[in-house]
Amino acid sequence: MNAPSYNFAYLDEQTKRMIRRAILKAIAIPGYQVPFASREMPMPYGWGTGGVQVTAAILGPDDILKVIDQGSDDTTNAISIRKFFGKTAGVATTTLTMEATVIQTRHRIPEAPLHEGQVLVYQVPIPEPLRFLEPRETETRRMHALAEYGLMHVKLYEDIARFGHIATSYAYPVKVNARYVMDPSPTPKFDNPKMDNCAALQLFGAGREKRIYAIPPYTTVVSLDFEDHPFKPYRFDAPCALCGAENSYLDEIVTDDKGGRMFVCSDTDYCEQRQAEGHRGRESAAPHKERAHV
Amino acid sequence: MSEPVSTPDDDQPLLIADGLSKNYGRLAACRDVSFSLYPGEVLAIVGESGSGKSTLLQLLSAQLAPSAGRVSYRMRDGVLRDLASLGEAERRFLFRTDWGYVHQDPAQGLRMAVSAGANVGERLMAVGWNHYGRIRDTATTWLDRVEIDVGRIDDAPKTYSGGMRQRLQIARNLVTEPRLVFMDEPTGGLDVSVQARLLDLMRNLVSELDLAAIVVTHDLAVARLLSHRVMVMKGGRVIETGLTDQVLDDPREPYTQLLVSSILPP
Repeated sequence: MNAPSYNFAYLDEQTKRMIRRAILKAIAIPGYQVPFASREMPMPYGWGTGGVQVTAAILGPDDILKVIDQGSDDTTNAISIRKFFGKTAGVATTTLTMEATVIQTRHRIPEAPLHEGQVLVYQVPIPEPLRFLEPRETETRRMHALAEYGLMHVKLYEDIARFGHIATSYAYPVKVNARYVMDPSPTPKFDNPKMDNCAALQLFGAGREKRIYAIPPYTTVVSLDFEDHPFKPYRFDAPCALCGAENSYLDEIVTDDKGGRMFVCSDTDYCEQRQAEGHRGRESAAPHKERAHV
Repeated sequence: MSEPVSTPDDDQPLLIADGLSKNYGRLAACRDVSFSLYPGEVLAIVGESGSGKSTLLQLLSAQLAPSAGRVSYRMRDGVLRDLASLGEAERRFLFRTDWGYVHQDPAQGLRMAVSAGANVGERLMAVGWNHYGRIRDTATTWLDRVEIDVGRIDDAPKTYSGGMRQRLQIARNLVTEPRLVFMDEPTGGLDVSVQARLLDLMRNLVSELDLAAIVVTHDLAVARLLSHRVMVMKGGRVIETGLTDQVLDDPREPYTQLLVSSILPP
């Protein structure tokens, strides 16, 4: 590695200090959106500028970083952020969920259970769960302050009136610590139950919207619902085609133009671990490796 | 001030305005207005544009802070409280439970992009209703009560006609069974036959639910049809007040005489 021409983890120390203060406040008030002076990062908004700033502020030289994008360790966004911190902080990186101390994620929570001492950093595009129902920021802040969350149920009501069930499948609103309603970033609602009483610290950074919020370890997180339409996590009704997992969140992959498709774990690390342990699915001979030169 | 006929239960005023004034810089929009409103009573505030009616309505509904004077409201527990002493949370709670506010422009009072059912149900959900079936049943009942075709419960109000929107707004406000409704030109911008239907509906609802209402209007016909009592405003002052028939049939002040005589004879 080259001698770093940047400060450790890219951001200067005063900026990191400012972000850490916001993080501490966010942890003290679970689910509350703390404003912070978000910086320009060397990547476009929407690519995780919020998550990157949070990661930069909490990263230490001994940390081991994992970055996932939609569960995958090997997509452009994940690789470039991993490289970014490899270069600017010189930290070790990994794809193993168990081994990582800091996991930056875009829209998934790893399948493997998180443990104490880990930090999960979410990239958040729109932190305000009430945004599309009440466009005025002054009004939504007041609603949070007074815990007026009837409007959130209006959204769920609309879903049921239109589709017969709660059709919101991602960014599904949750109530944190029985107080603040929070947007869990666009994670699939399949992941919502994993947020509840989680052993790891969960931090959320929204760069464009300049907000940080947090769920401290072992905090109750409840998905909103109606008594007669309870919250149900959604999953494709199939085993993973590669590792045969019955309980992981699946991506649907279209394989031809004749309606062929396969379902595979969205969490690549989890899937690879399972395959290494000898689990096999319907198309489990790691087709992308063997068929590469056909 | 003339006392309306009251039943023994209703002999305590619901709302008391005491010396209300509002200045915008040097302009006095509202000067020294005092009156009492009793449960089940409908008060019309009439006057031409710029006479301070809307400012007064906003003062009464605690949306504006008065420059002088105060408004007291008898809460459901029977205690009379100064609105200025309520915390914001209490005031907002009052606003979505015990009060209703019907805007002249339904777009201000409705969520135009969500369905009619959700518009009516919103207040219920805001006070903690958490059962979809019951919310929907209540919304259906209310749409029926305001004469909106129940088959349109899942349509957004932006697909509704002006009269339907206004009726939906009324249903949305009345669903929590408020005791006091503020109405700001509720029939403004509607054509005459739709107005007549809306007035008829409001008159029935007000008497069925024993609602108190404060109706701001420049239309004396609305005042005559809906209200028990009338206050005439000019230049921010109340210049005449009394029973509706009395004021409209036998106006004392020259300005009121002018207003009454400006109605075209039927």
